[in-house]
Amino acid sequence: MSQTTAPQSVDASLNWLDDRLGSTTFMKRNLKKVFPDHWSFMLGEIALYSFIILLLTGTFLTLWFQPSMQEVVYNGSYTKLNGVKMSQAYASTLEISFDVRGGLLMRQIHHWAAVLFMASILAHMLRVFFTGAYRKPRELNWLIGIGMFTLGMLEGLFGYSLPDDLLSGTGLRITQGVTESIPLVGTYLYMFLFGGEFPGQDIVPRLFTIHVLLIPGLILGMVTAHMMIMWHQKHTAMPVKNQTEQQVYGYPFYPVFMAKTGAYFLFTFGVLALMGAFVQINPIWLFGPYDPGAISAGSQPDWYMGVLEGALRIMPNWEISAWGHTVSFNVLIPATVPLGIIFTGAAVWPFVEAWVTGDKRHHNVNTRPRNAPVRTATGMAAVTFYGMLWIAGANDVLADKFHLSMFGITWFFRVGIFIGPYLAFVITKRICLGLQRKDANIIGHGEESGIIMMSPDGRYSERHEPAREEKRVTILSKENTRPEAPAKDARGIPAPGSKGPLGHLRSRLNRAWTFDDIPVEEHEHGEHGEGGHGGVEGRESRPLSR
Amino acid sequence: MRRITAWRRRPWAGYAVVLAALAAIGAIYAGFSPQTGRAEAEGTAAAAQDLGNGKQLFNKNCASCHGLNAEGTKDAKGKPIAPSLIGVGAASVDFQVSTGRMPAMNPGAQMPRKEPIPPFDTSIKTDYEEKEKREAAEKQKAQAEKNLADLRAYISSLGNGPDVPPASAVDPKTGDVALGGKLFRTNCAQCHNFTGQGGALTGGKYAPPLNNSDVTPTQIYEAMLTGPQAMPVFNDTTLTPKDKQAIIAYLVQTREEPNPGGNGLGRIGPVSEGLAGWLIGIGLLVLAAMWITAKKPKKLKKP
Repeated sequence: MSQTTAPQSVDASLNWLDDRLGSTTFMKRNLKKVFPDHWSFMLGEIALYSFIILLLTGTFLTLWFQPSMQEVVYNGSYTKLNGVKMSQAYASTLEISFDVRGGLLMRQIHHWAAVLFMASILAHMLRVFFTGAYRKPRELNWLIGIGMFTLGMLEGLFGYSLPDDLLSGTGLRITQGVTESIPLVGTYLYMFLFGGEFPGQDIVPRLFTIHVLLIPGLILGMVTAHMMIMWHQKHTAMPVKNQTEQQVYGYPFYPVFMAKTGAYFLFTFGVLALMGAFVQINPIWLFGPYDPGAISAGSQPDWYMGVLEGALRIMPNWEISAWGHTVSFNVLIPATVPLGIIFTGAAVWPFVEAWVTGDKRHHNVNTRPRNAPVRTATGMAAVTFYGMLWIAGANDVLADKFHLSMFGITWFFRVGIFIGPYLAFVITKRICLGLQRKDANIIGHGEESGIIMMSPDGRYSERHEPAREEKRVTILSKENTRPEAPAKDARGIPAPGSKGPLGHLRSRLNRAWTFDDIPVEEHEHGEHGEGGHGGVEGRESRPLSR
Repeated sequence: MRRITAWRRRPWAGYAVVLAALAAIGAIYAGFSPQTGRAEAEGTAAAAQDLGNGKQLFNKNCASCHGLNAEGTKDAKGKPIAPSLIGVGAASVDFQVSTGRMPAMNPGAQMPRKEPIPPFDTSIKTDYEEKEKREAAEKQKAQAEKNLADLRAYISSLGNGPDVPPASAVDPKTGDVALGGKLFRTNCAQCHNFTGQGGALTGGKYAPPLNNSDVTPTQIYEAMLTGPQAMPVFNDTTLTPKDKQAIIAYLVQTREEPNPGGNGLGRIGPVSEGLAGWLIGIGLLVLAAMWITAKKPKKLKKP
């Protein structure tokens, strides 16, 4: 907590509330809670505000949407479909789009909000990961976040399956295939889910209930938990001047942060309204009603399911049949393995990292990504893996728009998802270490000032100046690794925690985590190169070009 | 100049330089890249048939691949280079030549649509102000139409095949759009996409886009009838002339229909939507976040 005192206006309104509720201490404590300030801390708020807009626009849509597979003959405003047989669900979506005042705008805002909801969660999770904000004590919130992202994927899939258009029916067909591919119970599960043969009459009403009631309820609960835990634990902060592990440096919730976050809600709403008004999304009238016998080129899911689509598209056609049962690895593996690796990996990462580094302390200040090269490199490897699968999901669009060979693209990604993450790991780690070296150099020798000095004997060199205070604090936030205790002490007794095969693994991983760390520290007699004294500065002297 | 010198060391200077360089490259590229505009081809005006002229045109433009008697040619290993044209019919000739696919320039996985060669280019501009220029262009156009008709007549004389459809059979205004949409989604959309934006096929082939106004109703009809390149043949028993007209009506009316929801993002489905969501949506909101969390900048130090 900060020592900031509230302005007069705050105290006055607090007194008003206190006279009625007697809650001064609670309000005083919480209204003046300090929030650190950084643009990347707002990414999660996009998700929060998109979610609110999703709830509002979704409620509007339920007033007209009819979750029914009843067959009707369309006769409405979109004359190009007049006389076409379709489900009640599709017909009512057409009605929302063309006959309900503001219906198309609401539909588009709802869909864009879903796209931004998932995108901002992913961006927020990347920010949390790369700054190490998931470390103790915030592991629980990290897990809740992964849970919300997973639920969001399901929620989105069920949502865009509701209108029963050609594209969503194709998505449901894949859902059916994936369910069926589960060994032993797949067929039963599929029949249970669809209430009979695909597509049947039951699936849309069932998905509707799950989409508007169950999953939003779960997400709402998780959002609440997420926010309360964050409030209780206080937000992590960037390693800036005045920020310490013990004390948050920033603005009080009331009035500064409240104004900022309120404004940000309006920004989110504004961007969504603009996109809903000017950028067309999911034109179901062009897709036509679902027909199991039809499909369109470029049938992709919404972006957050793209990674699954890509995995399915590049998977070789492996299938085994034994004892009268078929196991469809060609569907099972892409549906479970890639995302399984990413989500499981993300969920256990905080605990694995704490185990490897032996770091059991509380962390309230974020790490700069460069100062944890292995973490950053692993994150970039995961980003590459995910990104390649994601792009592979659009292989036919890429082939068409960039005049490439479709099989060429498929094979590129088949190889790329194995080599790409490895390359990303190596390159990212090298970049991190390079940046560490640069930091060490700035602290050790100062920054280039852009001022060229001429020495009495006619040589030119650039003057170096000590970095600004803010920059120095940020750079010096790096925690240099201490050499770990040797595996065996002088008497040959192994150190605790390095015994047994697990202990060996741990100390080897620990070495891999720390061995090439570059210490960034201030020297006792820091010499800020004034030019002209050979050595390191000699490299910097260059002829004047003007 | 002094101001630029002062700005050189600002934190955003690097980004500004990259942005300026990208803009410059874009502008230069736009200046150099060839412009491809094309007017609607009028295909099938009546012209006197002249088999002699047709044969001459064939020998000059087609025989090098299709053989002097249009029997087709094979390479040394017996792999076909060009198919026989005996019995392909006038519709096929009209489609291939009026879309510029034939004569082929550069054999590859698939012949691209291009500007027809001058003797067959019926889409040239004739609305010149000057009288002589206009008359010359009109003459050239009439000659191109006659050439095309002669070539069609010559190929038809070698063996009968499907004929060029009459204008009444391809009129998009009289077709049944709802039926056409259904048939299009069942038979065509899997390659050409749900609004005819085109799509990729295997082996470097592709289903060309049908959404440009230069793909005429006659050409669409002829393509269904003759199945050029990777496309299957939809003869009159698979899709009756009425069905074909319905498909043409769906395609033409859909491509002329404005997008009620704003920018259509190319009408290619969720790929471009995801891109827009990330680039426009997240992009704008990140800018907004940077703006509202920005520190008040200190004034530039006077040098």
